[in-house]
Amino acid sequence: MLAWKRLSRSKIIWPLITLGILMLFNLFFTPNFFRIEMLEGHLFGNLIDILKNGAPIMILAIGLTLVIATHGIDISVGSVVAISAGVVAMLIGGDLAGNPKYPIAFAMGAALVACIAAGMWNGMLVSWIGMQPIIATLILFVAGRGIAMVTTNAMVIWLYAKPFALLGQGYLFGLPFSLYIVAFLLLATYLVTRRTAVGMFIEAVGINPKATRFAGINARGILFWCYAFSGLCAGVSGLVVCSTVMSADGNNAGNLAELDAILAVVLGGTSLNGGRFFLLGSMVGALIIQTLTTTIYAFNVAPEIAQVVKALVVYAVSLLQSETFRARVAGMFARREVAA
Amino acid sequence: MAGEEAWGMSESTPILEMRKINKHFPGVKALSDVDFRLFPGEVHAIMGQNGAGKSTLVKVLTGVYKQDSGEMLLEDRPIRPDSPLAAQKLGISTVYQEINLCPNLSVAENIFVGRQPLSLGRIDWGQLNRRAVEALKRLNVSVDVTQMLSSYSIAIQQMVAIVRVLDVSSRILILDEPTSSLDEAEVEQLFKVIRKLRDDGLAILFITHFLDQTYRISDRITILKNGEFVGEYRTETLPKLDLIARMLGKELSEFSFAMAGEDRKKESQKAGQDARSLLAVKDLGLRGAIAPFSLSLDEGDVLGLAGLLGSGRTEMARLIFGIDSANQGEILVKGRKTNIKAPRSAMLAGMGFCSEDRKSEGIFAELTVRENIVLALQGRKGTFRYIPKKKQLEIADELIKSLAIKTPGANNEAGQLSGGNQQKLMLARWLATNPIILILDEPTRGIDVGAKLEIMELILNLSRQGMGVIFISSEFEEVIRCSTRVAVLKDKVKIAELSGEQMSESNIMHTIAGGR
Repeated sequence: MLAWKRLSRSKIIWPLITLGILMLFNLFFTPNFFRIEMLEGHLFGNLIDILKNGAPIMILAIGLTLVIATHGIDISVGSVVAISAGVVAMLIGGDLAGNPKYPIAFAMGAALVACIAAGMWNGMLVSWIGMQPIIATLILFVAGRGIAMVTTNAMVIWLYAKPFALLGQGYLFGLPFSLYIVAFLLLATYLVTRRTAVGMFIEAVGINPKATRFAGINARGILFWCYAFSGLCAGVSGLVVCSTVMSADGNNAGNLAELDAILAVVLGGTSLNGGRFFLLGSMVGALIIQTLTTTIYAFNVAPEIAQVVKALVVYAVSLLQSETFRARVAGMFARREVAA
Repeated sequence: MAGEEAWGMSESTPILEMRKINKHFPGVKALSDVDFRLFPGEVHAIMGQNGAGKSTLVKVLTGVYKQDSGEMLLEDRPIRPDSPLAAQKLGISTVYQEINLCPNLSVAENIFVGRQPLSLGRIDWGQLNRRAVEALKRLNVSVDVTQMLSSYSIAIQQMVAIVRVLDVSSRILILDEPTSSLDEAEVEQLFKVIRKLRDDGLAILFITHFLDQTYRISDRITILKNGEFVGEYRTETLPKLDLIARMLGKELSEFSFAMAGEDRKKESQKAGQDARSLLAVKDLGLRGAIAPFSLSLDEGDVLGLAGLLGSGRTEMARLIFGIDSANQGEILVKGRKTNIKAPRSAMLAGMGFCSEDRKSEGIFAELTVRENIVLALQGRKGTFRYIPKKKQLEIADELIKSLAIKTPGANNEAGQLSGGNQQKLMLARWLATNPIILILDEPTRGIDVGAKLEIMELILNLSRQGMGVIFISSEFEEVIRCSTRVAVLKDKVKIAELSGEQMSESNIMHTIAGGR
């Protein structure tokens, strides 16, 4: 009982329970949901698909976790995904023979630099100009798609350079390559935030920016770099997205991805009010969303109803994670017991 | 003396009487047996330190709070307003400190918002504007009422706020700190309006912390202290010095030197010239916040800043610590000119600052005690020179022990600590950085007596070890007991510096009362 109490207070338990319930549901109602097959040295199956398809959102969620921990928000990440895809596709070029215009590594580096610059722009608006984060990032949310369209001349660019497909479609040791990207980013972010003072400073800024400044910490710098990092993550996510479909579509790449990513962070236990953040929680949150999507597809739910189903589940999960709601429900049961 | 005289005088009957008002909040007795009367055609000021109960009393009167006991009589009829709206209906009109107007609506709209005159279901703009002009005329104010409110000065906006709450049935007007954001000319403009309303027979309750303004505008003064009624006086019979003494709860004859104070004075005389200068401030100032001031702080010095609320003590501290940027003057740390443009540069120069506003400028409620303590030190070392958790715990445990911070453990949330312990926590944060200069803004406010004494003891010990301390407190007694020198401030100006035998409560009060 005591162990449960301690467990229920830790933030990671609720997203895990939610994921468990979703999995359990699939165990009973989706045939072969847990089957994993080995085909040509690669693992295939619903679970692998969930991980693979969830990778772009997971990458976005890593960057957003830090931004949200500062009591900020970055709604431009979806548009930055499109910029990243646009830049890398332009530089690789749509040569049908698959010969890249510039070296693939250079193209990817350039895309990431563009995305970090986009993040820095957001960071500058928020930290130095003092703009409200949702407004500051709204600018790039709108303008980003325009920039992406300009880089691709408003066309959908198809890529044929095979090596680039590794990022989103390739496999390594039987697992999708994108998972290694997620793992690397996650580990690096964990080490930088928790093995240096970065994490504590981010949480301090999110809880009380004024007191942080008064404690002699460069609160503005912290904010700035969080947004820049979110830009970088969006850039990496954009590379994966572009590589998965081997095309760059300024209109659709990363469309509404910001909402899924924000949801993943919040489901993972990081509050929109800033403060304590949970990188692993955000990953679980992203997996919840992806599992939900996959489940709905597995049931052949019509797309127009699928969104409603998704919304209902998210609503239920949010209630489950709300401490106030849980306390109220517990209170109702307690009263009933007394009455009986 | 003055009290008996006031009560004994035969006067017109009061329009409002509050008798034996009591109000408890959890753990605090906000008002105990407070009496208050208001006469028509008079301006009545309520005076008192922070936490004296001024605003609680006004909130009882305006129906924001309900008193636990006691009665209120309006024109001899008992009233119990249960909301500000109910109070307004009874004829009690209030203008709050923050102006609750819409800057992007016209003056006329602001006056009549929510009760616009209608004709055929639509707003009758002609009538609206005409009536607004008439209403303002009552205050001798003539402005173009169709202009946006934001295009006028704060003083005019104040007057619009007054006109808005006044209507024909208003008998009492309450003004809560109406002058705090006005300049001298605007204050006079507002006072003219207040005098006009007073002469029209309105009873006006005026709350301010500006002593001089109280004497310029009020006919009667009620003093509160710690939620208790001290006395009611006619303004002309109450010398300024008496007012200060009564606000602080001292009889003039009672002022005595505390033992610790005596010790400090001897120390300050002994200190002599061999002490090294830690801080020298030359003509530092910021227009609108504080007039240029100079001060110096040697090793082992405790410089007390004494003054009433709003006298500029905090502004001084904020300028030195780089929270606000000065627009003139310079700061020398250990004799070297230092450019302090942000708290960070102040910290790197060896300063620490505990804000008077613990909650919003000091404590990170959701971080642990350990994190709260090591934060500034980690900031000083740099982001990437991480202090390992084990070392953090050592530092935290040591400071928890040496400052006797009461917490279940170093890894508990700081928000759960009591006020006094949070104060110590902020001190611990700065002590961890080993500063040479520590600025403490009201470190003893809102904490219990035991914690107060501990903190004062700590200040004395730190200064004996050679630290320079700037100590701000509203309690002059505390300032004298801790300080080697005292700078006296009044109305955003440093008016004097007292040291040695000159340091006494009565001297500080005389300086404040008599200063320019």
